[in-house]
Amino acid sequence: MKQTASFISTYSADVFGVASALYELGGMTIMHDASGCNSTYNTHDEPRWYDIDSMVYISGLSEMEAVMGDDEKLIGDIVQAAKELSPKFIALAGTPIPMMIGTDYKAVASVIEKKTGIPTFGFATNGMHDYLSGISLAFEAFAERMTQPQEVIPGSVNILGLTPLDFAVCGYDRELVSRLQADGFTVLSTWAMGCSLEDIRKSAAAQVNLVVSWSGLAAAKKLYALYGTPYVIGTPVGEKFTGDLLAALHQSAEDKTCRDLCGPSCPDGKTVLIGESISSLSLAAALKREGAGDIRVICPVCCEDHPGMIRALDEDELTSALAGAETVVADPLYLPVCRDKRFVRLPHEAFSGRLYRREDINLLTGFDRLKSEILG
Amino acid sequence: MLKRIEKMDESCASVRIADASYPAPFRSGLEYSAPARGTWNIVHTGMLLPEGHEIFACAASCLRGVVLTAAEQGTSDRFSTIAIRENNLLDGDMEQLIIDGVGDILSKLPKRPPAVLLYTSCIHHFTGCDLKLVYRRLREKYPDVDFTDCYMNPIMRKSGLTPDQLMRRQLYSLLKKQPLDPKSVNIIGNDFATLPSSELVTIIQDGGYTLREIQDCRTYQEYQQMATASLNIVYNPAAKASALALERRLGQKWVYLPLSYDYDEIIDGLNTLCDTLHLPRKDFSDRIAACEAALDKAKEVIGDTPIAIDYTLCYRPLSLARLLLKKGFNVRRVYLDSIGEEKADFEALQREAPDLMLYATVEVKMRFLHGTETGGHGEHFLALGQKAAYFTGSDNFVNIVECGGLYGFDGIIRLAGEMEDAYRYPKDARRLIQIKGFGGGCCL
Repeated sequence: MKQTASFISTYSADVFGVASALYELGGMTIMHDASGCNSTYNTHDEPRWYDIDSMVYISGLSEMEAVMGDDEKLIGDIVQAAKELSPKFIALAGTPIPMMIGTDYKAVASVIEKKTGIPTFGFATNGMHDYLSGISLAFEAFAERMTQPQEVIPGSVNILGLTPLDFAVCGYDRELVSRLQADGFTVLSTWAMGCSLEDIRKSAAAQVNLVVSWSGLAAAKKLYALYGTPYVIGTPVGEKFTGDLLAALHQSAEDKTCRDLCGPSCPDGKTVLIGESISSLSLAAALKREGAGDIRVICPVCCEDHPGMIRALDEDELTSALAGAETVVADPLYLPVCRDKRFVRLPHEAFSGRLYRREDINLLTGFDRLKSEILG
Repeated sequence: MLKRIEKMDESCASVRIADASYPAPFRSGLEYSAPARGTWNIVHTGMLLPEGHEIFACAASCLRGVVLTAAEQGTSDRFSTIAIRENNLLDGDMEQLIIDGVGDILSKLPKRPPAVLLYTSCIHHFTGCDLKLVYRRLREKYPDVDFTDCYMNPIMRKSGLTPDQLMRRQLYSLLKKQPLDPKSVNIIGNDFATLPSSELVTIIQDGGYTLREIQDCRTYQEYQQMATASLNIVYNPAAKASALALERRLGQKWVYLPLSYDYDEIIDGLNTLCDTLHLPRKDFSDRIAACEAALDKAKEVIGDTPIAIDYTLCYRPLSLARLLLKKGFNVRRVYLDSIGEEKADFEALQREAPDLMLYATVEVKMRFLHGTETGGHGEHFLALGQKAAYFTGSDNFVNIVECGGLYGFDGIIRLAGEMEDAYRYPKDARRLIQIKGFGGGCCL
């Protein structure tokens, strides 16, 4: 694998995933980085930056601090800022150079927590993995540490894996909550758009969890292990598939069994979806219920193995995976490698950032239009 | 959902200039990044090389910002990447990864570029990657392509040349030695071409000299003509290293004519230019009078409206503050994080305007010190620069970054006009200040 991209973009990275996951929860997230990460994150990956004053900072690591392994400056700076700004928690996420010098994030977090009395998390991200792994790490850690046993509320649900990187800020999160409420569910928390830390603390009261992207799966497994809360995997898309998901949620709430509603992908399908695994497989499932033929799903980011789904980790693998495709549904920045195919634009913030925000598609309210474009 | 904090203690984020230290008025600590993004980055500056192709070899987190910079600029067809993964650090195959990666990219491009700007990152520095070997091999394998070494290594920003300075130096590193033309001059190191009405340009052109700036070069061949200049002129302090390198390599003399707002310093600079080009010195009294008239006119319009200046507007915000204060403008704030070559202006302002407030832009508290109420203390500011507009919450702002090609007396006259215009006509600050690399092309 040459790891080159002659023409296409790069997915958002793990360190930005941590910041995105925790953005609305009232904490302070520090990217342990020399410079540039915060600007990159807030320009391209954080549509809430202008309107919500979340405390996301960089450490400003210098060559000398890295060479000398000077964690004291980092710890001192974080402690000082925390004392002045009183965040509800502190999260430290790493980038390439701190990884190279072997920064012990757990130890650093422990020292900061002792000095401030504020719950502190150290995430050993390194900027070399995609955003989903960062979100996943953050949600899993919060499931473990920031939730506590609760009396289960019948008909209640948490939504796990909801960030603007996968779902943009086009109202999908609110629409999803409305659909669940209309179906009789009480939505306790939405990890983590339109959600507070207090909501997350009460997550263990849910009767069932809905996992809408791969980034919520580890947290779902953790909550299952801790509290026995079953989960259903699938992104509500379109009326029929959403109906099936809602039914599965009721069933899982009842029988305490976990379910995955993502059907198998067809590696030879002439219609190709490129994107995050659960939302793409869900979109494929929704299209199938609307009469679409075989659909090939290509996942270029973190995911579980799934029958028929193709993983493509660089441009060469992607080009091979696209062989024989007739229609490609993907972020517009994939267009340069799909010139000879019919292309349907489906902007994905985690790939193209803010570039196509005006074209964002709400997969619930905008499904019919998208379906028409895909099916012709 | 979080809410804006309405009251914030400003200590450590602001200081009276009389109480400020040089060169670092604020403590060092965690850093915030405001959503004012008009300044150019190394992608934008590198794209000034006509027909050049940029290749970045970095980790995904570092690639993310530069890939999307190019995409937003509409220059993705001149941009490619090589992603570094953990296994490359463990396997020690970094050199081969770059050599193979560049080859792969060159083989796929529809047209072979005449030049490649290859950017390596902090990782290469820390792993001791043999970059000399990499470039040697690449030059052997692709003799029809000129390669230059560029750097995205912000961890080195406090150790020698910054990435910005390195970028400006490397942008001209592909110039090949040619016989020098005594009647040919370059202005180098700026993101924007100097306005043709500037005295700097008119003196050179009226004196019969050919003037070149990289922004005017449409082809790589035209760019190569810059190697014939016998003199390089620099007014961006970050480009001095570039001029030094060209002097060493091509024998081109250079002069630094600082972009100042002090009449005497401007005259000194222009006299130096005339002397260097063997041209008679000029009388600038009419230009000074024109400056005074333009500033007086602007003052009449703007009155005592509080003014905030930030460092992204120009290379010398304190010099500008001094000029405006002398002319009676109500300059209340300057946003900057450090003070470079403006020590004299800083010390003068400590005496002349001790209550002038300096505000940081990256200090952690600045996350909350923005908007008309919290940032502007309920006052409506005229902002000179995008960050000043953001922090004071003002839509009345001068939307210029990095001097915008304004230089000398002509620059002051034009800036006075821009101030007047900004006072009269509000702009959509939220939309405009979020454009990356303002003036460099944008697909948003």
